[in-house]
Parts: sequence; structure tokens; C-alpha cells
Amino acid sequence: MSKILHKKKLSESVYLMRLDAPLIAEERQAGQFIILQVNEDLGERIPLTIADADIEEGSITIIFQVVGKSTTLLAALNEGDEIPVLVGPLGKPTHIDNFGTVVCVGGGIGVAPLHPIAQAMKQAGNKVTIIIGARNKDLLILEDEMKKIADEFIVCTDDGSYGRKALVTEPLKELCELTPKPDMAIAIGPPVMMKFCAETTRPYDVHTLVSLNTIMVDGTGMCGGCRVNVGDDIKFVCVDGPEFDGHQVDFDNMISRLNSYRDIETTSHDCELDKQVKDLEAAQ
Amino acid sequence: MSHMTKEEINEKAKLLLEDLINREEPLKTKDRMKIPAQLMPEQDEFARRHNLDEVSMGYTMEEAKLEAMRCLQCVKKTCVADCPVLIDIPGFIKHIADGDMQSAADEIKKVSLLPSICGRVCPQEVQCQQNCTVGKALKDVDKAVAIGRLERFVADWERATGNIKLPEVKPETGKKVAIVGSGPAGLVVAADVRREGHHVTIFEAFHKLGGVMRYGIPEFRLPNEIIDQEIDTLRKIGVEFKTNFVVGRTRKLMDLLNKDGYDAVFVGTGAGLPMFMKIDGENLVGVFSANEYLTRANLMRAFDKGKADTPIYNSKRVAVLGGGNVAMDAARMAVRLGAEKVYVVYRRTEKEMPARVEEVGHAKEEGIEFHFLQNAKRIFGDEKGRVKAMECLRYELGEPDDSGRRRPVVIPGSEFTIDVDTVIVAIGNGSNPLISQTTPELEVNKWGNIKVDENQKTTVDRIYAGGDIVLGAVTVILAMGEGRRAANSINQVLAEDIEKEAKRN
Ligand SMILES: Cc1cc2nc3c(=O)[nH]c(=O)nc-3n(C[C@H](O)[C@H](O)[C@H](O)COP(=O)(O)OP(=O)(O)OC[C@H]3O[C@@H](n4cnc5c(N)ncnc54)[C@H](O)[C@@H]3O)c2cc1C
Ligand code: SF4
Ligand code: FES
Repeated sequence: MSKILHKKKLSESVYLMRLDAPLIAEERQAGQFIILQVNEDLGERIPLTIADADIEEGSITIIFQVVGKSTTLLAALNEGDEIPVLVGPLGKPTHIDNFGTVVCVGGGIGVAPLHPIAQAMKQAGNKVTIIIGARNKDLLILEDEMKKIADEFIVCTDDGSYGRKALVTEPLKELCELTPKPDMAIAIGPPVMMKFCAETTRPYDVHTLVSLNTIMVDGTGMCGGCRVNVGDDIKFVCVDGPEFDGHQVDFDNMISRLNSYRDIETTSHDCELDKQVKDLEAAQ
Repeated sequence: MSHMTKEEINEKAKLLLEDLINREEPLKTKDRMKIPAQLMPEQDEFARRHNLDEVSMGYTMEEAKLEAMRCLQCVKKTCVADCPVLIDIPGFIKHIADGDMQSAADEIKKVSLLPSICGRVCPQEVQCQQNCTVGKALKDVDKAVAIGRLERFVADWERATGNIKLPEVKPETGKKVAIVGSGPAGLVVAADVRREGHHVTIFEAFHKLGGVMRYGIPEFRLPNEIIDQEIDTLRKIGVEFKTNFVVGRTRKLMDLLNKDGYDAVFVGTGAGLPMFMKIDGENLVGVFSANEYLTRANLMRAFDKGKADTPIYNSKRVAVLGGGNVAMDAARMAVRLGAEKVYVVYRRTEKEMPARVEEVGHAKEEGIEFHFLQNAKRIFGDEKGRVKAMECLRYELGEPDDSGRRRPVVIPGSEFTIDVDTVIVAIGNGSNPLISQTTPELEVNKWGNIKVDENQKTTVDRIYAGGDIVLGAVTVILAMGEGRRAANSINQVLAEDIEKEAKRN
């Protein structure tokens, strides 16, 4: 059981919630996620990255987009309501170190999980360049928060309604062409965006971390539903990840697995993916 | 495996029992051997393909008494010797024959905490019933005294009375014990440690309790109501439960000892890491581990299509790889979820199958097709990345391997393809690495199983472990046996603490 302490609408379909979870707040590190259920008996388990935590208040922040039944139900809850099932922090924390120059790329809702990682990278002494992007101005989130962390800050929108009219891969490519090139990139966002970010950095040999949000059931390594092909291995995202070397991840397989239940639950999220595939393929 | 209806079985039993009771002389061995083995009343084999209700319906009083009268009360109790927890089998069976059900229940509960569960899921044919004198004399293990069914009968009888005797709890000692995992191992430790008056907290990663008994073994074999009952008993004697709590993540194992004031910890986190075949196509959409398939259907209630939010794959033609209980459960669940064709593909022959014989029989009755001496070679997908077929190889049995079973050897060039849309992999589980990854102090063997000594103590003081996380994927009763041993060790250590403290004061 976890009480909703605060709820805020960030954009058309994106919400932020602060949840009462003192133990998770204390233990969590950048890169980790929680699993929650809106209904204990018949609900679905949904993984969400921890966007922030406040140890004093004993709270964690989640940011989510309404894409299906469970997130619709979650968005319908209000301050003071209880979330019956909340478990975490899950997954391996991000390996934080002073790498030199780190480019953090966040697409859409992916900016939320990127936030604590960018923060930790900054604290570790890295020069942090942040690129955030969304389809349009209304869908941009956490701009101020990210700007505060960034040494260099780039905003793009697909339709040019704000910042640069570009996909995030464009400025990423330009950064890779600089000398010295960045020491590392982290890309978090829709799978297709991560796939193309990895493709963008590959020729420049810039190590690129991606954070995968696969289908999950337990989140503790018990079911294998979250598995992905990474290089020659099968990895379980919930215990081996969620972060992997983007150059090794088989994104096409991951995307088809994300659509496993498509005939059963048609979500706006899927249409979104289709659109992004087309945009990005057109851009390449 | 009966083809008589519940009513027919009971009618026969009533008549025979009356006849035997009205006899003047006491029953002789010869008479007992003549009593036919009582069939288990079962749900109709067609009706049950569409529901989750329990398949075996349990003996009636008459059937149980008759079955109990078949027991010869042997002096050399071969059945007891083969029971992992050494239940006094002829002892409790005699009480049934005498009609004293409460004493029968008390007798079993002296050593076994979860008889309604073990009576249903223990592999009796390779344990107590394997060397039963009656079965031996009749040269058929199926004709041995049905010890498991009698155990179940007694436990169900007690549950139906509505007043299950609560175990006695000694006065509070002020000591605290943490138990990680609410599977059979953890539950047994909880009961045994709580009885000594220590405070017990069970931490469970899931939102529901019971471990594999809840998320793995389906309702048609082990109804949730029974697990709920056992957990309720523990709650009533003061055991505390913390669900949605992943030890190692929500809190480090060592922190439970060093920061949270627990005096000892038991790790019973189960096997839980599904193994895959490492063949081409295994990541296609439509390939599941049995764990995932069963967890969706059982724990997440996806069987209640339309009600549950968790989806389950819409399968028509299913291949299940493996020959154990897990494979049987997955195959039978697929039938109940509407699959038209379900194949079990197993590398060896029926004789080597580790599944309970009863489950294999039930699976066959439910229309599941067994393909022995075959194995998957690769899985083919369509243009959308979904399973459309599976290529198999044929095998023959060669020399015995380390386990004493004859090793299956590939027949070269024997490839053939079957059309399936779903492949469920049930070839075993590795050990869950979560605790060991986050507790470097704890030593594990090369398979990731936690190392323990003969008292179930790990390489770290005050941390004990047992069940599947130590033994690899085994059985409920073996997990319970380990739990019992661990509880004894914990109780002993805490008793020593209390004694030392008393001396100091
Ligand atoms: C489908 C299936 C069918 C089976 N059929 C039979 C059968 O017919 N007969 C039989 O005897 N055996 C059967 N078994 C095997 C039997 O269920 C297991 O041997 C037994 O349950 C092991 O008990 P355990 O207590 O060690 O672990 P489990 O039952 O696996 O319980 C472990 C619990 O620990 C929890 N956990 C794990 N990690 C953590 C953590 N870090 N923090 C908190 N909690 C954690 C898990 O969520 C789980 O609830 C079957 C197994 C399966 C999967
Ligand atoms: S071996 Fe069979 S007949 Fe003999 S005591 Fe045990 S159950 Fe009864
Ligand atoms: S979600 Fe089940 S193993 Fe990762």
C-alpha cells in the first residue's frame, strides 16, 4: 500500500505522482524502477522508472503516460488515494562514474527516467550534455529540471513547435562528429528512438547505454517475460538490466515482443511507435 | 483415472463397508488384500477442460475408511522409511479405519505442517507408496495403499470442521526472525519458530503469499483456498507478513540483521530462474517460460479473461517442452485456456518422466498428446516475429547417465516440423540470483544454489537457507523438510542467546 502524496498533470497524457514509499526512497539509486498494480486482485503489474526520490519525505516520484487500461486507472487516482501494490526498487542501478563527457538523450516520457541518471552523472563530475525531444511542445516534460543539470542543453520537437525542429538523433550525430567526441551516451525513450540513437553513435564508437522497458510480470527474474537478445546472450531486463549496451541490443525483436498482446490490448502507445518508426526511417 | 462417476464409486464403497463392518471376525490380511483399491472421484474429463476446479474431488468417509482398512499395519514400516518427513503412516491410517479422524489429523501434524497440500502434490508413487507392502504383494504400485489420498482426506476433514486446532505458542521471547519467501520452506520455518515464542516476519516479493504453490501450481490441482487457510493459521498465531518486499532490493539481507534488529534470517527464495533451450527462435513472440505462462494464468488471474487486466496469449496449437510437473501444469492450463491441440515434447520416454504419474494420466485424459523421444531444434516465426512452427529431432535411448536414466541420443537426420503458434519451455529452473548478487557475503555453488551445512546454516552466521534455493528445483515436501531443520537450528541458537542473556543479568 502506498499513498499518493501529490499528483500533477505534466502534459496532455503525462502525469507525475509522488508516492509515500520510505523504504524505496532510501534504497533506490539512479536507473532503478518500481512495479505497481492499481488493483491487487485483478490488476496488471506495470513497471515504471523512479524519476526522483525524497528521503526526508520518504517519497518517490513516478512519471507516466496514459497508454492503456492500467495507466488510465492510475491516472484516475487522486492525492490521498492508495496504490495497493508497489514494489521496488528493482533492477540494477546505473553504473555512475566520471567518464568525462556524457550525452544524455531523452525522448518523450523517457526524460523522466533520464533525470536521476543525468543528475548522478553530473554529481560524479562529468560534463553533461542533455538532448530532450518530443513530438511537439505540449509533450515536452521536465525541461527546467534538465536544464538545471546540463552543461549544454538542446531541445528538439518533431514538428518544430518548440526548440529545434529535429529528431534527437540529429544533434546527437553532430556531437559525435566533434573532436573530442563524447565519452559516452545514454539514450532513454521509446524503443525506436533508442534503436536509432544506438545506430547514430555506432559508427563513431561512442559507448551508448539504453534503458529498456519491456513487458514484465514479476520483476524479480522468475518469469523470463522481460527477456531480450543482447549480443549472443538472452538477458532478463528486470534483473540483468534495465540498462544495456545499445549497440548489442536486438531492438527489432524487442519491439515485436512488446507487441505480443497487441491483438488483445490495442493501445495508443502502439500507434505512437508505428509513427516513430516511419519518422525515423524517413530521417535516416 | 477413474471412469466411474463420483456417485458410483461411493455407492460401491458404502455397500462394501457395511458388509465388512457387519462381519463377526476381525479382518485378516487376506481379507484386507481383497478390498479393492478405492478410486479417486474425479471431475468429468471433458467438463474439466473448461474450468479451473479441482480435478480430484477427494474421498468420501466410506471410501477413506475402506482404503484405510487395506493397510496391513506392517511391523517393518517401509512406507514411513520412504517418507521425507517420516510421518507415522500406519498410525494415522489406523485412526481413519477406526473412525477417529481428529487423532489421525493430530498424528500427521506432529511432523507435517501442510498435509492438505502434501496429500495433493507429493510424488507418493516414488515415496511412501513405492514400497508399500500391499502394492508389492499385488505387484502394482497403483494398488498400494493410497497414503496421499488418505492424508488429503484427513486434512480436508479437519478443515471442513471449521475449527482447525491452532498450534500452541510459547510466551514471547522478544527475539525476532526474518523469513525471506513465503513458499513451503518459509511457511514451515515460520510456524516452527513462532511456536517457540519468537516474533516472525515473512517478507514476500509478490503481492500474494504461498510461493510456487500460488503462482505455479494451478488451482485445478491445489485450490488457492487451501493455501489461504494455511496462511490464515499462521496469521492467527501471530506471524507477520510483509508482501511487495524484495529482500536484497527493498532492503539488503544484511540490513535485516544489522539495522532492523532481526536475530536470525531464513532464506527460502525458491528456484525461480527459468531456463531456456538456447535454440534459434526462442525469443519469438509466443515462446514463454512455463513460469510466465502459469504466473499470468494463476497469480495474475488471466484465466478470468475479460476480468483480469493481465493478458494471456491466445494459443490454438501449443507445444510444451519438458516432462515434469511444471510441463504437465502448463499443458493442462493451455487446454483450459482454449488451445485446440496441446503437445508435450519430451526427450526421454514416459518411464523417465519426473512428473507425478497421476498428473500424466490426467493430462492424457484431457486430450494432451505426448511426443516422447523428441526435442525441439528450432522455432520458426512469421514476418511479424510470431511463432508459426517448431522443428524437432527424434532421439533414442543410449547408455545410462549420471542420474541413472538412459541418456537420449539424437538420431541424425530425423528432423521434422510441427505447426504450433505457442511454445512453452518447462525444462527446469536455475536459482534466483537476486539475494546472492546483493549479499556478496553469502557463498553459492556453481549453479548459484546457496551453500549450507547440515543445520541449514549458510556461510554467514545467523543466516539459514533451505528449499529450492538450496536444493535446486525439487518438491514441496523436501522444501518443507529443509525448513523444519532450519527452524530447529534457529530455535537452538536463539535459546542459547536467551540463556546467555539470563546468566548475564
Ligand atoms: C508449476 C510447478 C509445479 C510443481 N508441482 C509440484 C508437485 O506437484 N509436487 C511437488 O512436490 N512439487 C512441485 N513443484 C515444486 C515445488 O513447488 C517447489 O519445490 C517448492 O515450492 C519450493 O519451495 P520453496 O519454499 O523453496 O520456494 P518457492 O515456493 O519457490 O517460494 C519462494 C518464494 O520466495 C519469494 N522470493 C523470491 N525472492 C525473494 C526476495 N528476494 N525477497 C522476498 N521474497 C522472495 C518468491 O516470490 C516465492 O514466493 C512444482 C513447481 C512448479 C513451478
Ligand atoms: S507399507 Fe503400506 S500396508 Fe504397510 S504400513 Fe505402510 S501403508 Fe500400511
Ligand atoms: S519480469 Fe519476470 S523475469 Fe523479468
